[in-house]
Amino acid sequence: MKKWLIDNEIKGIAAAPGISIAKAFLYTREIESVSHDSITEVDEAVSNLREALEKSKKELNKVFSLAVDKLGNKRAAIFEAQLMILDDPILIANLFDRIKKEKLNPEFIVHDEITKYQNMMNESTESYMKERSQDIEDIKNRIIRNLKHKKWHSRISNDVIIVAHSISPADTVLFSRVNTKGYITNVGGLTSHAAIVARSLGIPAVVGVHDGTSKINEGDLVIIDGYHGVIYVKPVDEQINYYSDKIERLNELDTELLKLKDEPAVTTDGYEVKILANLDVNAEIEFIFQNGAKGIGLIRTEQLFNVLENFPDESLQYTTYKELAEKLYPQKITIRAFDIGGDKVLPVDVKEPNPMLGWRGIRFLLDHKELFKTQIKAVLRASVHGNVNFMIPMVSSIREVLETRKLIDECMSELKSKKKNYDKDIDFGIMIEVPSAALMINDFSEYVDFFSIGTNDLIQYLLAVDRGNDIISNQYQEYHPAVVRALEFILKDAKKNKKPVSICGEMASHHTAVPLILGLGFDAISVNAASIPQIKKIIRKMSYQKTKELVEECLLLKTENEIKTKIKLFYDSNYDEDIEQIFDS
Amino acid sequence: MVSLYFTEEKQIMIEKTIKIINNAGLHTRPAATIVKMAARFKCDFFIHKDGLSINGKSIIGVMTLAAAKGSEVVLSFDGEDEKEASEAIAAYFERGFDEL
Repeated sequence: MKKWLIDNEIKGIAAAPGISIAKAFLYTREIESVSHDSITEVDEAVSNLREALEKSKKELNKVFSLAVDKLGNKRAAIFEAQLMILDDPILIANLFDRIKKEKLNPEFIVHDEITKYQNMMNESTESYMKERSQDIEDIKNRIIRNLKHKKWHSRISNDVIIVAHSISPADTVLFSRVNTKGYITNVGGLTSHAAIVARSLGIPAVVGVHDGTSKINEGDLVIIDGYHGVIYVKPVDEQINYYSDKIERLNELDTELLKLKDEPAVTTDGYEVKILANLDVNAEIEFIFQNGAKGIGLIRTEQLFNVLENFPDESLQYTTYKELAEKLYPQKITIRAFDIGGDKVLPVDVKEPNPMLGWRGIRFLLDHKELFKTQIKAVLRASVHGNVNFMIPMVSSIREVLETRKLIDECMSELKSKKKNYDKDIDFGIMIEVPSAALMINDFSEYVDFFSIGTNDLIQYLLAVDRGNDIISNQYQEYHPAVVRALEFILKDAKKNKKPVSICGEMASHHTAVPLILGLGFDAISVNAASIPQIKKIIRKMSYQKTKELVEECLLLKTENEIKTKIKLFYDSNYDEDIEQIFDS
Repeated sequence: MVSLYFTEEKQIMIEKTIKIINNAGLHTRPAATIVKMAARFKCDFFIHKDGLSINGKSIIGVMTLAAAKGSEVVLSFDGEDEKEASEAIAAYFERGFDEL
């Protein structure tokens, strides 16, 4: 890393690669302070409120039309509702009445009156009502801000680096559509949701910055280096020139990598691996084609739930899945059933002491059979062209697989009676994320067509390390000897049973991990679309035979450090890391 | 003693009990549509659920209602065009907010 004379550097975790130079956009959910003062000029207060409402309407109209453009009518509904609140005859009449009667600061009246509604929402046991209350919070703050004649930046603006304390899944979806140049968050690690979305969209991200939101001001020019996890606030010309040059050279590298688009991912000794894409939001689909993916290895359907505020019904799911299947045909897509719970939103309001060990994935789905069947039917109907695979997350026992298969059979006969078509031979697989399932590959093989290893969860459950916990994040070791041995065990048993195995965790997109993954013998690697060309380039430089030997050697090692050193050495002696070359010069 | 006024009101008021049938329940989109429909009519329109009576012309009010699939609400309409209003709005509920 280059050293600079000026001290404007902030360090964080490099969560998604890439470099951007853009203005900072501070995204906050801060609550405006309100004064409780009495007023004497009632007429002035009334006209102030009227102006503030008009101003808020103007701002929201802009946001709303942008949201319709970027998200479509359905998803922009929340902004339409916010606009309607500004015209709500009951609410607005109450506000004016209270100002006249109580002679209190309009800020206070607005706050007090709208908070009443929020309290009603918060009392509900439905968890989406709490989110709705958050949405109301936005409109409340907007009116109060305008009453104070403060400038309010709309929730969405283009071409900026988003700086926030944290970013929710819904936020990331929203931001992903406005040409966001980067993400900087105070909290979060490599596997946080913001980081995953950023990686899949090729947007640089630096997370875990701690005091990012206090050190960076709205509108500051910022350089974000997502390769090294550094940020420069208000850079000097020298820094801007240095990074502009890097951006240019990275673009050249991208152009070069894209030439590999139609080439197979085949080793120097002729071993071919399929490289698939993980899909988070529909916006990525073009990106997937551009990067030459051989299909989609993982569709995270819970996104549908995050974007809408409730469970999508069968027809909406069917349309979504069908569109994907048709766009990708003849390549295959693998749809994963809703993986909710754990660190993801649970649609019912339960507090679990240990959500990661709780009601998530298939456990939740089997307890909500109607909901699960809705999804199964939508997937089955989308499978008519024979290019859809279906898999379930968080499997820990055979019973879950048998129960799911029974539901699939039920759904098939229900569809049949309604004369709806589906693929009778749809491939059904399970995610291997829980150690108990990893140990029973042999037994599972009797009931499933394929396995997909989710390394993020497998590692966290194998090592008993919460991947979201900053305090122990250094103990989340992707190359722990037990991880390598578990992977080898899974692949050996799956191959014995002639079941294909793919890998779809974060690990698969790390460049230095490529030789290890190759040598372990995975049939397919599923990574975020942005990583595909680079991974392919690396594979094309490797010898399969040599990577197999590397794995044999790693299986004998006893610490993560030894393994890391070994694979890094192997990687460096077989491949000249492009990014390093760019930064070294 | 019940006043004559109230008896009359009761007689001319229209009440309908309706079940929420779409999967997503009364979420933001249908809430907005209901309020927009209600605004076209002169009559008073209330939604009653779990002991709460919400003015159906107030979007923020309707948004406080958590009405999941299968739950029941009572719609009441009172005023000169109550018949037309009740028919239009009840039909929208019965169509599962056009999400079936």
